[in-house]
Amino acid sequence: MAEAQAIEKKLDGLIGEYTERKISRAERILGPELYRIIKGIFTTPSSMFGFFLIAVFILVAVFAPQIIPPKENTLDPYKIRRDGFASVPKEPGTVWAKDPPEITWWYETFVGDEWVHLFGTASGGWDIFYGVIWGARTAIKVGLIIEGITLLLGIIIGCLAGFYGGILDDIIMRVVEVFQTFPFIMAAMTLSAILTPIIGKGIWPATIALVAFGWMSYARLIRGDILSVRERDYILAARVVGAKDSRIMFKHIIPNAIYPTLVVASLDIGTIVVSFAALSFLGIGTEIGYADWGQLVSFARNWIPQLSNYWWILIYPGMALVLFVLGWNLVGDALRDIMDPRMRNR
Amino acid sequence: MTQYIIRRLLLMPLTLIGVTLLIFGMLSFLSPAERVSLYVRDIPKNDIVMDSLIERYGLDDPFLVQYYHWLVGHQDATTGEWTGGILRGEFGYSRSANQNIVDLIKRRFPATIELALYSIVPLIGVGTWLGIVAARNHDKFIDQLARLFGILGYSFPSFVFGLLMLMFFYAEHQIFPPDRLSNWANLIVNSEEFINYTSLVTIDALLNGRFDIFLDALRHLVLPIITLSYINWALYLRIMRSSMLEAMNQDYIVTARAKGVKEKDVFNKHAKPNAMIPIVTMSGMTIAGLLSGVTITETIFIYPGIGSAAAAASTQLDVVTILSLVLLTGFILLVANLIVDITYAFMDPRVRLS
Repeated sequence: MAEAQAIEKKLDGLIGEYTERKISRAERILGPELYRIIKGIFTTPSSMFGFFLIAVFILVAVFAPQIIPPKENTLDPYKIRRDGFASVPKEPGTVWAKDPPEITWWYETFVGDEWVHLFGTASGGWDIFYGVIWGARTAIKVGLIIEGITLLLGIIIGCLAGFYGGILDDIIMRVVEVFQTFPFIMAAMTLSAILTPIIGKGIWPATIALVAFGWMSYARLIRGDILSVRERDYILAARVVGAKDSRIMFKHIIPNAIYPTLVVASLDIGTIVVSFAALSFLGIGTEIGYADWGQLVSFARNWIPQLSNYWWILIYPGMALVLFVLGWNLVGDALRDIMDPRMRNR
Repeated sequence: MTQYIIRRLLLMPLTLIGVTLLIFGMLSFLSPAERVSLYVRDIPKNDIVMDSLIERYGLDDPFLVQYYHWLVGHQDATTGEWTGGILRGEFGYSRSANQNIVDLIKRRFPATIELALYSIVPLIGVGTWLGIVAARNHDKFIDQLARLFGILGYSFPSFVFGLLMLMFFYAEHQIFPPDRLSNWANLIVNSEEFINYTSLVTIDALLNGRFDIFLDALRHLVLPIITLSYINWALYLRIMRSSMLEAMNQDYIVTARAKGVKEKDVFNKHAKPNAMIPIVTMSGMTIAGLLSGVTITETIFIYPGIGSAAAAASTQLDVVTILSLVLLTGFILLVANLIVDITYAFMDPRVRLS
């Protein structure tokens, strides 16, 4: 009897040792795995810098009309403002001669009371500063739209495959294979070239094309996670109680399987924006003069032999793109290290 | 093992059919009139001509009938002759390149192969080497530096990086020009006395004894190679680094150390070969990717490969050309995927023996 008590006491001690670690409220809400991931991203210096960059771009995007206002009564604020139609690019600091924007308060405080082309102009009088600022808006808008639709599509298809399994799963996985056979940019280029005459120029042909060839990795990811969650005991328990398929799916499986996919997807925005910019750089999708970084960089293509004289056409929009992507990649890189089981505790 | 290969081989035609269906499906987004109008140059377009063309080529037929005709071609009712059909190698006429698509591929593909051949070593070799260096100096300054370098490269869109290279090495210093050959060299290469053995300019130049042309071609290749390599290094660095760190944690490394193997040999002879497995499989896909045309890099450097042909075709909305090129690249990638999977199975005993 005394022996049993001793063992019990010892066990209590052991359990006590384990529960002694303080579990914060955040960890209780998020669960240990997600908590570890999120804590990891927010404590790595490089990923903090990444977050900072992303935050700056979001602020610029939100306050674009305050930074440099669009033309009054314009229908399309994303159209880059231009200063005449001069074919030769003007260097940064040149006075904005024709139809300058209203002076904003920050401009008055920091620069002066006359608009100059802060980043110069491209040939055709397109103001690069306007393009870069409003391009941040395009980038975030396009990134969110494409990522959102792609993710939704991927999740739906992946769930169907993972949950029902069997022949449906086989068919879906073959379809995924077919879609993945093509090189991403080339396939997206093809589809947007086909869609452009049908729905007209703008952000939509490229958006649809990038969605159509982007959903596969999410579908695969969530399918894998669902397959593993499906075998857990609590799903069996739910079935025993007689829960309907839809309830098991939405209440039990998806909430437990979705996080890795969500995290991976949210960090793909950088890549998505680059792909979109690449398409508009090639001249597919948006019309000339749309405030989009890829479009701006493509202005530099006309001046390749003299690019060292007209460096600003390339450098400013190029910098914006690189910093934007760098921000997402720094966070993503930290995340991959945290999530890679091989790299755990190292 | 054999079973696995047979299964893969049997699945391949199925995927190929899927690929062609998808491509043809994309084509049928366009209405018959839109497809015909690609080939009718008169403006305004003549309705009667258009209708007769639609009738003649059966563009109003049901999807599967059209797909069948696209695949195997039309049989003329009176003569019994077959025309068209991609299975018989008739891809059609490229409006954007003003020539038959088969000729276009024959002319452009060697350039892409050449670029791929020269890029393999700097791309995969240096990337892997960086990964090894980073792993050897794990968590030291060099490791962090290599990773920073890698992630910076990974963040450069290829068109920004390529244009920066052009700005510095071409606009500023005129060392490495774009395109495939200089004008004078191009004249010689296209002349009668220059014999095309392989269509790869560098090798042909050597075979023809024209060392100056060889150097010229090489000079034009430098920037695309640098661009392709730099933006891909981060990937190889990351994979090699983590795979190396994983290998160093295995039991056989402890065994090797316990029996007194020198640390250098542990690293190079025990850990490295095992850590290389993921690199081998990945390089297969990289090579296939290079062969299937690096659209953006080729476009920036005005390099006449199939990638830039596809870009030109799609900006001019030349659907027929771009679909043929996509079909070609899809086929290359499919075969490469198969080869990679089989090599992987041979290399990894865990797969081989199961």
